[in-house]
Amino acid sequence: MARVKMDNYAYAAVPRLGFVGWLRWIWRQVTSMRVALILLLLLALAAIPGSVLPQWPQDAGDTRAFIDANPFWGPLLDATGFLDVFGSAWFTAIYLLLFASLIGCIIPRCLVYWRELRAPVPATPSRLDRYEPTTASADQEPREALEDVRVALEGTGPAPWRWLSGYRVRIDERSAREGTELALSAHQGHLRELGNLIFHVSLVGILLAVAAGSVLTYRGQALIVEGDTFTNAVVAYDSYESGALFSEDQLEPWTLSLDSFDAQFSLAGAPTEFTAYATLTEPGQEPREVEAQVNRPIQVDGAKIYLQGNGYAPVFTVTDSSGEVAFRGAVPFLPQDEVYTSTGVIKVPDVTEGEQLGFKATLLPTSSGDAVGAQSLHPSPTNPVIYLQAYTGDLGLDAGIPQNVYQLDESQLSPVRGDDGQPLLVAMTPGQTIDLPDGLGSVTWDSLPRFAAFDLRRDPSLPWLLAAAIGALAGLAMSLFGTRRRIWLVAPATAPPGGAATVVTAAAWAPAHDSGAAEELDRILSTAHLTPATNEHPPEDR
Amino acid sequence: MTAQELSWYALWGATALYAIAMVASSIHLARVADAKAAAKGKVRSAVGASSAGSSAAEGDAATTSARASAIPAEPMRTKAAGIAASTTLVGAVLQGIGVVARGIEAGHVPWSTMYEYTITGTWVAVVVFLIVQRKRDVSYLAPGVTGFAAIALGLGLTTLYQASTGLQPALQSFWLVIHVSIAIIATGVFTVAFVATVLQLMRDRREDEPVDTAGASNALIRWGRQWRNANLRLLKRLRWLEGVPEPEKLEALSFRLHAVGFVLWTFTVMAGAVWAEHAWGRYWGWDPKEVWSFVIWVIYAAYLHARTTQGWAGRRSAYIAVAGFVALLMNFTVVNLVFQGLHSYAGV
Ligand code: HEM
Repeated sequence: MARVKMDNYAYAAVPRLGFVGWLRWIWRQVTSMRVALILLLLLALAAIPGSVLPQWPQDAGDTRAFIDANPFWGPLLDATGFLDVFGSAWFTAIYLLLFASLIGCIIPRCLVYWRELRAPVPATPSRLDRYEPTTASADQEPREALEDVRVALEGTGPAPWRWLSGYRVRIDERSAREGTELALSAHQGHLRELGNLIFHVSLVGILLAVAAGSVLTYRGQALIVEGDTFTNAVVAYDSYESGALFSEDQLEPWTLSLDSFDAQFSLAGAPTEFTAYATLTEPGQEPREVEAQVNRPIQVDGAKIYLQGNGYAPVFTVTDSSGEVAFRGAVPFLPQDEVYTSTGVIKVPDVTEGEQLGFKATLLPTSSGDAVGAQSLHPSPTNPVIYLQAYTGDLGLDAGIPQNVYQLDESQLSPVRGDDGQPLLVAMTPGQTIDLPDGLGSVTWDSLPRFAAFDLRRDPSLPWLLAAAIGALAGLAMSLFGTRRRIWLVAPATAPPGGAATVVTAAAWAPAHDSGAAEELDRILSTAHLTPATNEHPPEDR
Repeated sequence: MTAQELSWYALWGATALYAIAMVASSIHLARVADAKAAAKGKVRSAVGASSAGSSAAEGDAATTSARASAIPAEPMRTKAAGIAASTTLVGAVLQGIGVVARGIEAGHVPWSTMYEYTITGTWVAVVVFLIVQRKRDVSYLAPGVTGFAAIALGLGLTTLYQASTGLQPALQSFWLVIHVSIAIIATGVFTVAFVATVLQLMRDRREDEPVDTAGASNALIRWGRQWRNANLRLLKRLRWLEGVPEPEKLEALSFRLHAVGFVLWTFTVMAGAVWAEHAWGRYWGWDPKEVWSFVIWVIYAAYLHARTTQGWAGRRSAYIAVAGFVALLMNFTVVNLVFQGLHSYAGV
């Protein structure tokens, strides 16, 4: 490999190389096997920080916390892309270079392969001594014997298969020291090389499919409470993102109603099965019943709807100080642990008079009691209790800044206090109504439906990705398990006089890892009815 | 006896048998080394100090001929070899019982926790070894494979053991069975390949000459050379290495095993992506486990390339294969225990 030398000679050579020459030189470097190897090692190395450091796309909260906790390293690592390794410039540069190298490598190899396929098989070496030849005797005429061997080598089966997996054979007549001889040369190894090319081309296919997927995809998250209906539109999603080439008008307005959600837990509280029973209505079609489980998404309009999470969404009715209903609805609570201790927030901005109301609540599905400090024992709603804290004041919703629905902005709120002057904390059970002190109003816990969190995704590249992956796997297997073997036979052109058997010299060659070539030669010889001479194998010396 | 007890006793029995097999096969290897040394001595005295003899032998080693490698030397029979073979076989049968009993106890395929992965993975490694051993004499791999199995199994039983639990909803899938079973088989194959690679490197480095430490231009280089020489002295003292085939043969064996392992690992990664697509709605999310599966895959791909790259074939490519196995172990230990990710709910 050429090296850039910084001595006078190299300087002198630079102008003569010219711009195009330089480009060609760079291209040769990029497509060399050694550079490919180094890029592969770099790629492995570069991926590792992505598993050690918190990553923005995987966990923004953790990453934020990491930066806050490390005032020096945090921002530095963030600025250098270590907190988003797989989107960073350097990671991208490595794999793009690798693929440039790959493409630059396979195109010429495909051409060479094509030429090799049509080129004649190289002739038999003039001397076989190097390949530890054996001898065999044939009863047939030499030419017949070699033709039999040719048939055995080319194999049987349909022509394309033979062409790929069998040997390609040529037989020459040539003059040697002992007179004219027949030399058979057989090569096998197309399958291996073809597999290798398919594998590398499929890798490019995988990259292209992933790239196409990232611009054509859309995904959104939605949370549906039992009995509610979701309509497929951007505004209905809790979060929505789409690739550059996907426009929102392409969303088809189907609806999904969550009829019921079935959660099964073992006695110990471990989840065993979640099933969402829903009704899907596509435009212009009859509604149909669908089911989603964790590993079984619902299919709709080229998209899949995955069951991603679940929890409780207790329904509350809140009346204000004038006795009017100021709020009624289901409030999703987020599970905090394995026993579904869940927390949620009720915001009541639309009071007819007085200050706005806000509540912080904790749900224990199977409470160990109704005193403060009780715990949930099981995720099923066997003895559900909600602990409620009330606030009055300004919820801060008018500022126009989107708020987290699971958090109460307490900056302009003050807790409602009980008779003892302490912030009020009341326990309530389903159906119960709590009257707030000072005539502030009341809260009723009506019922306890569940919600299901869905993740919807459409990625039209998936079939292509799968095809490329299967191609890669098949090509790889062909490439690694296909054999590359050479077999040579040499026989005198005419049978020895007096009816003596023709003596054929045979040899085989294969790469070091392939120990089956000699056995194959023996098999071929016996298929062609040649009798191997009992040759004494040299004992191994090591 | 319950399935749980049966599994427990069978696995401990297998651990003990593997330990015995390791000792016995090491003794056997030492015997083979002695015999080879003796035979070589004889040949040398027969040929005399003629340089022609030795250069012919070298030539043989350099050009790997198809025929020579096809006919393995008659495996030497020693009492130790017999003990090693029978304890390994019975150990594998016992371990098989232990693994199946665990599966029956748990009510699902026994590979959803680290403990289960360990008992199944080491079992596959031993079985792979036994399969290769049926075809040709690779008894020189036995100390490494049985030793690894005994240690991993012992560690699994003492520190990783967990009573079985039902499967979480996300793990109830046909793809779990496919993805994880192939991952375990690949791990078993890579383990045997790793043993072959380590032997290859030891055998290869053993032939080195000590380097001159005095001529080093700075202290760092001098330490590096001293370190190298110390290793070399150690390797030269390991006479049992004489009983191991030459590096070229080990390389060939290790490549074949790595090739099988690599195809299986490729499949593992792809099946994992399919499973993730089914379960989580994305086929790839750079979860720590996914990152490491990818790293392992890329390192082994680099190994396969290095084998055919000038200047990298042989020793350097072997080091890459070792790095691949280290990453494999990392993925199974550190990544499971330390890094959080979606896979972490597979349990420890
Ligand atoms: C995207 C990254 C790549 C991966 C994952 C990859 C993977 C592989 C694998 C698994 C093999 C099979 C090895 C064997 O048959 O022994 C292989 C062979 C090969 N690759 Fe790649 N490759 C990549 C990129 C490249 C690049 C960039 C080049 C060109 C410089 C290249 C050139 C080759 C060649 C020439 C072989 C045949 C080696 C032989 O068996 O003689 N590959 N590659």
